[in-house]
Formats: sequence, C-alpha cells, structure tokens
Amino acid sequence: MLLAFLINGISLGSVYAIIALGYTMVYGIAKMLNFAHGDVIMIGGYIAFCSTSYLGLNPILSILCAIAVCTALGITIEKLAYKPLRNATSLAVLITAIGVSYFLQNIALLIWTSNPKSFPNMVSFVPSLKLGTFAISGTAMVTIAACVIIMLVLTFFTERTKMGKAMRAVSEDKGAAELMGINVNRTISLTFAIGSGLAAIAGVLLCSAYPTLMPTTGAMPGIKAFTAAVFGGIGSIPGAMLGGILLGIIEIFAKAYISTQLSDAIVFAVLIIVLIVKPSGLLGKYVQEKV
Amino acid sequence: MKRAETKLVTVPSQNKIPERDIDKSPILEVSHLGIDFGGLKAVDDFNMAIGRTEITGLIGPNGAGKTTLFNLLTKVYEPTRGSIMLDGQELGKMSTVQVNQHGIARTFQNIRLFDKLTVEENIRIGLHNHVKYGMLDGIFRTPRYRKEEKCIHDKSMELLSLFDMEDMADVRAGSLPYGAQRRLEILRALATEPKLLLLDEPAAGMNPSETAELMDTIRRIRDEFQIAILLIEHDMNLVMGICEGIAVLNFGRIIAKGTPSEIQSNPQVIEAYLGKKKEEN
Amino acid sequence: MKTMKKASRDSFINYGIVIAFFAIFQILAMTGILTNSMAGQLVPICAYIIMAISLNLVVGISGELSLGHAGFMSVGAFTGVVVSTLLQNKIPAEPLRLVVAILAAAVLAAVAGFLIGIPVLRLRGDYLAIVTLAFGEIIKNVLNCLYLGYDKVGFHFSLSDADSLGLSEDGIVILNGPMGALGVKKLSSFLAGIILLLVALFIIQNLVNSQQGRAIMAIRDNRIAAEACGIGITHYKLMAFVTSAAIAGSAGCLYALNFSTVVPKKFDFNTSILILVFVVLGGIGNMRGAMIAAAVLTILPELLRQFADYRMLIYAIVLIAVMIISNNEKAKQFIAGFKKKGGAE
Repeated sequence: MLLAFLINGISLGSVYAIIALGYTMVYGIAKMLNFAHGDVIMIGGYIAFCSTSYLGLNPILSILCAIAVCTALGITIEKLAYKPLRNATSLAVLITAIGVSYFLQNIALLIWTSNPKSFPNMVSFVPSLKLGTFAISGTAMVTIAACVIIMLVLTFFTERTKMGKAMRAVSEDKGAAELMGINVNRTISLTFAIGSGLAAIAGVLLCSAYPTLMPTTGAMPGIKAFTAAVFGGIGSIPGAMLGGILLGIIEIFAKAYISTQLSDAIVFAVLIIVLIVKPSGLLGKYVQEKV
Repeated sequence: MKRAETKLVTVPSQNKIPERDIDKSPILEVSHLGIDFGGLKAVDDFNMAIGRTEITGLIGPNGAGKTTLFNLLTKVYEPTRGSIMLDGQELGKMSTVQVNQHGIARTFQNIRLFDKLTVEENIRIGLHNHVKYGMLDGIFRTPRYRKEEKCIHDKSMELLSLFDMEDMADVRAGSLPYGAQRRLEILRALATEPKLLLLDEPAAGMNPSETAELMDTIRRIRDEFQIAILLIEHDMNLVMGICEGIAVLNFGRIIAKGTPSEIQSNPQVIEAYLGKKKEEN
Repeated sequence: MKTMKKASRDSFINYGIVIAFFAIFQILAMTGILTNSMAGQLVPICAYIIMAISLNLVVGISGELSLGHAGFMSVGAFTGVVVSTLLQNKIPAEPLRLVVAILAAAVLAAVAGFLIGIPVLRLRGDYLAIVTLAFGEIIKNVLNCLYLGYDKVGFHFSLSDADSLGLSEDGIVILNGPMGALGVKKLSSFLAGIILLLVALFIIQNLVNSQQGRAIMAIRDNRIAAEACGIGITHYKLMAFVTSAAIAGSAGCLYALNFSTVVPKKFDFNTSILILVFVVLGGIGNMRGAMIAAAVLTILPELLRQFADYRMLIYAIVLIAVMIISNNEKAKQFIAGFKKKGGAE
C-alpha cells in the first residue's frame, strides 16, 4: 500500500515537476510569474485530444502535434503580450499573464465548450508492470520516465550547449549578456518555447492519468506546479524537479492518510511552512540586497 | 582659508580624539572590528574612537572597505568579530533600527531617498521616532494628532532651512536634482537626532562651489547640533579642509591615522592612495 | 501645509464621489430605471469597492503583492453569517445585528491577517505573493469541508458531513461544507454598504495621511533607508496588512449577508485576482482609481449580458491591451501631455 501510494505520488509529482520546469525557467529568465502556463497545458491536452479523436492520428504523432502547437503558442504569447512589457513593473506583467490565462480559457470554452471531454489514455501502449501482487501502471512509468529524461536533457542543455549557457547568462544579468553579444530576445523566446513544449507533454500525461478535459483543467495543476517551483526554489531547475515530486508525494499521502478533501489545504500549508523555515525555497539562493 | 589643526589626544583605548572632547568619553569606540565575506576579510582589526564633536574622515581607494565599515556600524551587516561601543553602550545584537534609535544615522553612497514621497515627507520619516501619536490618533484625527503634526511640520521646515530648501518641501524627492537629493538625505539623517552622523561620499557629484558650501554646512551642523560626524569622501579638499582626525583604509585595514597634515605626509598613504590619485589625475 | 491640504482635499473628493454615487443609484432605483439585476448588484459593488481599497492599502501603499485577499473576505463572510444566525433571536434590531456581525467579521479577519502576516511579511516580493495565494486556497479548502451546527448544547464541528454533527432536533446547520451557508437572513442594504464604504475609506485615507502611513510608504520606497531612519519594518507592514484584512473581512460580511446562500467557492483565487485587477487598473496606490475601476468592472459585465459568451474573452483582451498601452512609453507621454492640457496636474 505504502509503496503504491509512493509510486502514485512520484507519478503525479512528475507531472507537477514538468509543469514547474516551465514556470521556473520563465521566471529565471524573464523574472515573471507566468500564470498562463497552466492554460497552455490545457490547450496541449485539447490539441492531443483532437488529433487522436478527430484526425485519427496515432498517440505519438498527437503528442508531437500538441508540442508543436504549444511551442508556437508560447512564442506567440511572449511576442504579443509579454515582450512589450519587458521594462514594466512585475505587477503589470502579472496582470497581463492573468489576462492571457483568461483569454486561453475562454477561447477553449468557445471552441470546445465547457462539456468535459473524456481523454483517451495516450500512453496505454505501455503495459503495466506486475511485481507479485503489486502493479505499477504503464502511465505512471511513462510519466516518471518522461520526467527523468526531460530533467537530464534540460540539465545537459543548460550546462553544456551554447544556447543553454546564453540562457543562464540572460537570467543572471540581462544587460551584461546583451553586451556579450547574446541575443536576449531570442533567448527569452526560446525559453518560452521550451517551457510551452514541456507544458504540452505535461498536458498529455496529466490527462492520461486524470482523463477529464475541461477549459479549467490546467488552472489547479498550474497553481500547484507553480507552488512546486517556489517550494523547490524558483529559478532553479533541480529545485522545480524536487519541489514537483515532493508536492505530488505530499498530496497523495495527504489524500490517503488524512483527508481527500483537505489534501489541497495540506499541500499549501506545507508550502507555507517550508517558505517560513527557508524563505528562498529548498534549493533557491538567498540574494542579499547590496547596500 | 587654512584652519588651525585640532590637537588630538590619546584616550585609554590608545585611540585619539580631539583635545576639547577629552572630558567626555568618546561617542564611538570600535575595537578589533572585522567581517569576512566567504574567505575575504573585507574589514579586519578596525580600531577607532570618535570624540563627541569630532569630524572624522575615512579615506582609502575604491574597494578598501569604507562603505562596508558603515554597514557594520549601522548593523546592515553583522560583524564577524570585534565590538562597537556607542556612547558607552555595546551595540551587540542590536538591529539597524535599534542602532538608529540609539543614535547613529547615515546617508548612502547611492542615494536612497523615498522617491515617491515629498521632500517634507522624507524629513518627517527621519523624525519618525520623535512623533508621539499612535495609529488610532491618526485615524481619528485626535487633538494630539493635530498638535504633533504641526510640531513635525515646524521641525521639518526648520531642518530644511539649513540648506535653504524650504521652497522644495512639496516636491517629490525623486524629481530633485542630484545635489539636492544628497542634501535632503543628510537632513533626513539629521532628523533622527543622531549623536553620530555617517556621511557616505556627501560631495559626490557636486561642483567645487557646491562642495565648498557643503563643507561649511557640515561644520555648521556639527557646531549647532553638537554631534560627531564620520564621513567617507574622495574629495581631498573637503577631507583635509574639515576633518580633524583621518583614518586611511586599504584592503580592509587601517594603514594610517592622524591629523590631516600627518596623513598628507605619511609615505604609506601616499603610496596607497594619494600617489595613485596623482597618477590618475 | 500645502501637501496636507491637498491630501485632505483628495480625501473629501472621494467621500463626495461615494455619496454622489449613492444618490444617483438611489434615485435610479426609486424611479425604476434600474433593472432588478442591476439593483441586485449594488451591495456587491460596495463590497468589491471596499475590497479594492483595502487591497490597495497592501499593494499600493505597503507595496506587497497579495494574491489571497479573497481569503480574508471569506473569513469575514462566514464569520458574519455565523454571528448573525446566532444572534437572530438575541438582537432583534436588524441594523444593530448587521453592525455586530460586521465588527465580528472584521475582528476575525484581522486575527487571520495577523497570524498569516507575522511569518509571511518576512518574505519578499514573489514569495509573499505565493504564500498569500496558498493562504487563500487553504481558507477555501477548509471552509469547503467544514460543517458547523448549533443547538442548545453549543457548537458542533465536523469535517465529513452534516449528519455527523450530531445535532439535537432544534439544532441548526449553519455551515454546510461545499454548499456553504443556506437560508441566510438578508441584512445588508445599499445604504449599509455605502456607510461601510465611507468608514473604510475614512480609516484607510486617514491612516495613509498619518505618520504611520508615511512609515509604511517609506518602507515600500526603500526598505534599507527606512530601517536606517529607525523604522521597524515588520511592525508597519503588519499594520497595513492587518488593517487591510479587517476591512476585507467586513466587506465579506456585507457581501454574504446580501444573499440567502453563500458558498466558499465564491472566494477563490479568481476573486483575489479580480480585486487585484481593480487595484492595478485603477492605478496602484490610487484609492479613487481603485474605487472607480471596481465599480465599473462590476457593473460592466451586467450590461454586457447579451454578449455572455464573449464577455470574458473581451475582458481578457481589454486587460492585456490596457496593461500594454499603459506601460508603453509613447502612450505614457501622450497621456501626460493630455493631462497637462486638461490642467489636471
């Protein structure tokens, strides 16, 4: 039982982690809370849903399709809504992000209506693993594996590649990076593209595990993944990973052992306690203001 | 207009303060003060005493640790070692706020005004700990509120008159010219009624005539308020012109202390600081 | 004393606007021009305006981003419901009962503000935002599973369902989990809303124009300089935060006692954001702007009922457009030039 809950927790946490990566990368580079990120997940879910149900594409192609659309969407949102606000106050950017979030939700509402769609499990081709009486579902395995692969690829990308290094440079100091000949706008676009692509993957995985798809599907996982990013220390990639997985485990255990209805309250209470004890999150750096 | 140099005499801690202040204990006595940033000793073994009405200069090349010392004295940074005695009281575990309440006020190298508030409001913030009405008085506009507000207004105007800034009282602090911002910051620090005033590069960005005026005002502040002033400054005319005692800092350590003429003739200082300065010019 | 005069003139203009707003809508309602659905919005408008100015105290004056303001509204709403239900027989006079309920709501919301404020106000910027968001979600979540009943033995709590309260026959269920409070006696009125709004405005404006208010703004403008001036940071941040929470609580009570049912889900993240939007669109720190934005943005959706499907979409687009335009340098200069011409500066 305990092990089953743990696997479930890690699986849910992996989804949070993938979403949190999007939050954290965007925060690291553009210093903004991208509240529309959760809704990109929802769009990703719908695109994948339409590709399989209406176009009859196979799951892999549908997922690729969702990634492509979300990536394009992420870049477009950044260009149209956030780029004009590069020098605005963080509050103005936040409100804009919320505007984008409302926009995406309502567009989805117009196109797909508020009737929940029953999402087909896109990763059902992976069989579940049986160990005696204990079984791990294929979905859980794929989710966890996806999370680990994404983590490894992203770490390699930011540590080793030229674009990744540019990304880290921009997040440290935009002005200095620009003087070093880094194209800041392109780097920010790339970050949004990666984050949104990840959101599409997260959307598919989330809906495969919890198969109801509605225009508001992305909102709560979005907020929770954002919490996960803060939990781990916002701006830090391993932090988002750790935060996401811990959050998933805490949520599943709270549901199993304390109360199903109170699980969200417990998750958020843990977050508050962590931030009080460690104000910059688990792996975040505390930067003192220079006097 | 060369002034006669103040005679410095030794206090029990082997530090020197002006002869006229010797009847009273020094306002500030710092011993073996130091702070490490990682492995770097940003300030080390700093010893100094300042007399009740002394104007002291702290000079040294960029990065010598001067502003860090101000941050230590005001507890923006917690010292790694050593002690700070203000008016006979150990600062120990006091916070920045408590240090101010005990009598140290400061200005900042990169001016820190309350930009969105007016000039008068900035001064009023300085007077904060001398305002004697509570939140409820303010909300319900009690007679005490009215009386105190009037009193703060008068005090603010009186302070502004030191720099002839009364007519700027309603201007937003952020929109003042640079020199006026520096002056306002000094007034705001004065408003907290300090025993020791720390000025971090007060003449930065001022032209020679403004600097000359500032020198007069600093002396006037000392004379009128009978307080001690410790200032960091790169303008040697100002430092040599108004400081009675000078400490030279290099790589976080004091390399020389003494009267202006002693400092000017100190070979180590010339090598570390003045010599280099000459080359630059 | 010119600044003082300007500040108090501004305050009095704001009181005037509120009274004029009351007079106009009262006349419209009496002459029957106002539709029923619009008339029904009058108390909520007051409540939202109060929420907006109270949040403005935190966001605009104290400079802290709070994303959980609806949480305090919720605390106030359900406190108000419980208190007014319990006092139904003890205080027959409705206005007095409303006043007592509002005071109780303000006190409880202030306590909540204090408890969350002490640890949270040490955090900075975005971290504070996320903790307030979490707080709002916790309040919503807990109220969603809270069952509260009352009989002659006293209060009965439960976190599972109404039956497990174990009430005796004469007992009443006050809070019914996700269904919230049912059968609430309507006590709020437009007049009560306006009076509460005037009181809230009085408290906030006078606080802002006092030494305490200046200290709060000084911390916002430059925390380190404020500390160097001997201003204790936590004390004043807490003052703004708790005052704001108390006022939000009273607004929540006003809101709740205007309807026969109140559900916890009403006061969720989206409501917090809605109020934040009022503050930002009204001009951060500008009380009058926040009031106008709150009123217009509450009335507007009512007027746009026939475009129900596209309403939120338009709202989203307008929101993004306003943010981009108001932060555009050229647009700013244009508006500044316009203001100068109009002699508004």
